[in-house]
Amino acid sequence: MDVTLAGLAAGLKARRFSSVELTREALARAEASQGALNTLISITAESALAAAAVADQRLARGEGGPLTGVPMIHKDIFCTAGVLTTCASRMLSNFVAPYDATVVAKLRAAGMVMVGKANMDEFAMGSSNETSYYGPVMNPWDLARVPGGSSGGSAAAVAARLAPLATATDTGGSIRQPAALCGVTGIKPTYGRVSRYGMIAFASSLDQAGVITITAEDAALALTAMAGFDPKDSTSVDAPVPDYAATLAAPLAGLKVGIVKEFFGEGLASEVEGPVREVLAVLTKLGAQVREVSLPSLPLSVPTYYVVAPAECSSNLARFDGVRYGYRCKDPKDLIDLYKRSRAEGFGAEVKRRIMTGTYVLSAGYYDAYYLKAQKVRALITADFRRAFGEVDLLLGPTSPTVAFGIGDKTSDPITMYLNDIYTIGANLAGLPALSMPCGFAGGLPVGVQLIGPHFGEARLLNAAHRYQQETDWHLKAPAGFKAGFAP
Amino acid sequence: MEWETVIGLEIHTQLATVSKIFSGSPTAYGAEPNTQADLVDLGYPGVLPVLNEAAVRMAVQFGLAIGAAITRRSVFARKNYFYPDLPKGYQISQYELPIVGKGHLDVMQEDGTVRRVGITRAHLEEDAGKSQHEGHTGVSAIDLNRAGTPLIEIVSEPDMRSAKEAVAYMKKVHTLVRYLGICDGNMQEGSFRCDANVSIRRKGAEKFGTRAELKNLNSFRFVEKAINHEVQRQIDILESGGQVVQETRLYDADKDETRSMRSKEEANDYRYFPDPDLLPVVLDESFIEAQRAALPELPDQKAERFQQQYGLPAYDAQLLTASREMASFYEEVARAVPAEPKLAANWVMGDFSAALNKEGLDVGASRLSAAQLGGLLRRIVDNTLSGKLAKEVFEVMWADGSDADAVIEARGLKQITDEGAIGKVLDEIIAANPKQLADYRSGKDKLFGFFVGQAMKATGGKANPALLNQLLKQKLAP
Repeated sequence: MDVTLAGLAAGLKARRFSSVELTREALARAEASQGALNTLISITAESALAAAAVADQRLARGEGGPLTGVPMIHKDIFCTAGVLTTCASRMLSNFVAPYDATVVAKLRAAGMVMVGKANMDEFAMGSSNETSYYGPVMNPWDLARVPGGSSGGSAAAVAARLAPLATATDTGGSIRQPAALCGVTGIKPTYGRVSRYGMIAFASSLDQAGVITITAEDAALALTAMAGFDPKDSTSVDAPVPDYAATLAAPLAGLKVGIVKEFFGEGLASEVEGPVREVLAVLTKLGAQVREVSLPSLPLSVPTYYVVAPAECSSNLARFDGVRYGYRCKDPKDLIDLYKRSRAEGFGAEVKRRIMTGTYVLSAGYYDAYYLKAQKVRALITADFRRAFGEVDLLLGPTSPTVAFGIGDKTSDPITMYLNDIYTIGANLAGLPALSMPCGFAGGLPVGVQLIGPHFGEARLLNAAHRYQQETDWHLKAPAGFKAGFAP
Repeated sequence: MEWETVIGLEIHTQLATVSKIFSGSPTAYGAEPNTQADLVDLGYPGVLPVLNEAAVRMAVQFGLAIGAAITRRSVFARKNYFYPDLPKGYQISQYELPIVGKGHLDVMQEDGTVRRVGITRAHLEEDAGKSQHEGHTGVSAIDLNRAGTPLIEIVSEPDMRSAKEAVAYMKKVHTLVRYLGICDGNMQEGSFRCDANVSIRRKGAEKFGTRAELKNLNSFRFVEKAINHEVQRQIDILESGGQVVQETRLYDADKDETRSMRSKEEANDYRYFPDPDLLPVVLDESFIEAQRAALPELPDQKAERFQQQYGLPAYDAQLLTASREMASFYEEVARAVPAEPKLAANWVMGDFSAALNKEGLDVGASRLSAAQLGGLLRRIVDNTLSGKLAKEVFEVMWADGSDADAVIEARGLKQITDEGAIGKVLDEIIAANPKQLADYRSGKDKLFGFFVGQAMKATGGKANPALLNQLLKQKLAP
């Protein structure tokens, strides 16, 4: 009961526990888990308890909604007023944000209680959470393995039941891949559905905020509160936000599910393929019709992504120059020295690699061959998806080619690491909503299945995921040594 | 060897919006450093630009005023380079798809001929902040108040052939943007400044020479001096067998010279690409038509009307329409003396403008209103004042702000138009100068002036000159 937001809301309403008690529990778990998991960069006990007390007052007056008084964690990429906001980089290791990201403000207004800020890959660049300046995050299912990334701290924290909800961001799979590797549910909404204001930019045309939860229902509740047009973000879309929870139980009869042919080729571990294919049986039982579809340009998505994302990153990260905020090298000799050393010392290796790549592909003489060509391929990939959604309602495939790999296994070869995102990147390039949820285990490690929807198809995605989760209990499994629920 | 100069200008025009192009901070000049920069202007992590619609309106109005094609879908791009007064590490500008396409301006030259100058494009962009290297020891100071101020950069074709032509074009643009009310035109504050691309080629040659770009010229005088200096420098190089190198040069007004800032090889690779934080600016017909409807009467239209309506020569019309304020001042003065629009023009362009210039004032800051100047001219037209007396009255009016009638009354300057009174004075003078009278009558016509002078002296200059002449002729006649 106390594993979902609905259960926690009922408990708070019935006064089985207060928000302050729930928050103390979350803080205690956070503190206790840090040594083993390192999911958090900051723990905000004082402000959390104050917010919990306010939430309790609201609840006592009969006010508040399903999120009020519930502890949560923000990925440390979201600016939080008065709180350290590091992006897991030495560059921002001293940066206290002077304002709240729109996502932060919205969840605060909904009464959620932030207990800490989640570890992540530095500036969200990575697929294993190993590029963090604050050290790697350990996967609660196997402490020798990575949680995935870049939202590794968010996924691991929810999997370890520190809090039922953590915000996350997804540029090339950074919500879905760690959700899959940690056995939790994660949704990346349509590009423009959730405001990017206050979310430190990696690749602006791909970045999208979302949420990691235990259940699709919780994701629906959170997304309803997070989504919507923001006048501060010109790329946010001015379209009404549906109540995603309202359509969760809709029948799946007649739902057309497309199996993406290109997702089931070489490179997919058979131990992952098995559980993913079993999802089809469940959906078929629920009335869905399954057919194979092809997205012929999709195999080009990794090289396309690794031109577009670094190009935008090289420009987005130019502001970190040691002049106004953030890390500044000691005793700069002159301006060039200040720039060079502040950036050389402030950024980690992966971030620097992407800045270099991005600078190169935008350079005079190379722009057409790389950036422009990548944009053309991106249009082809988007067209592939559009064609597919003319035939089917949702696309299905694995989230990640393998289960969680060992810490240090792939750090020596960036290309191998980049291939982790092979199934997730397409949705970012096309701006589509996509979700990952647990669908089984392989060798004791979680396997995730990915659902991709058409633009603004979040309601249908969550509906299908919810109905699947009503039939299965993979998502309710907690790693050994961690409680299954959240109540004190 | 005869050389031809080729000049193109890039004019940076600060738009007179209340707030910045991508943030809500005010754009007012002169505030304490860094008090008009919010998180967006400071390039804080996570912030995003939001386009100010007023800047778009102004850019479109400019485009319509130069007869340019307005781009229906223009795109903001990032121009990437590192500099401490550029907070984001890139400037948001427009590159491949500027909001204003090809247009032109017809520019009247000093000799009265008109030269058409092509305008390649005009694009919207944000200004950078300011770095201050003087007045601080061991550090540079940065003021980001200006960061994010909207600009349009107006890029001309290489259509100008002398420094004077370049200045005439720049003045025309200056006039236009102030007419449109899209720029305050204040060059001291940097609201209107330009870079000049200068090259020379042999007279008759088709190919352009290698150009140098002169940066940040913020007065008409500097533009002319800097170009002339640069042209001479290039001539000296070529005539001594050297080659001009493509480079950016900075004009030093104190030393009146240009010096190299960076060569082509050292030039930044700006790595332009479309800004993913901003949507393309899509303009529909109704938006563009609304801007067209909002256009005021433009300088050329006004000058044309002044020639028609007031019968003024083209030169006068041009001068009087140099600013909206000057034009409307003239029109009010002209209304006071409807039969004498040329008299009004002469006074506005002459004594009045001279008085303004002497004190460095704009029309708006004039010590005299148009109604006051009109009042003075009315007294010329009704013969109360001679032209000479009117100048004296004007000086008093300018000094103490009084009305013409009050000055005339107080100083007893009223012209003598009474035939009897003038006749009496003349009789006395003729009687007192019999020799001159005899000489005049024997053919020394020049002595007429002697009698006029004596009469003016006797009347303190107040005798109506026409009447005086007429009476004197009668009386001197044998």
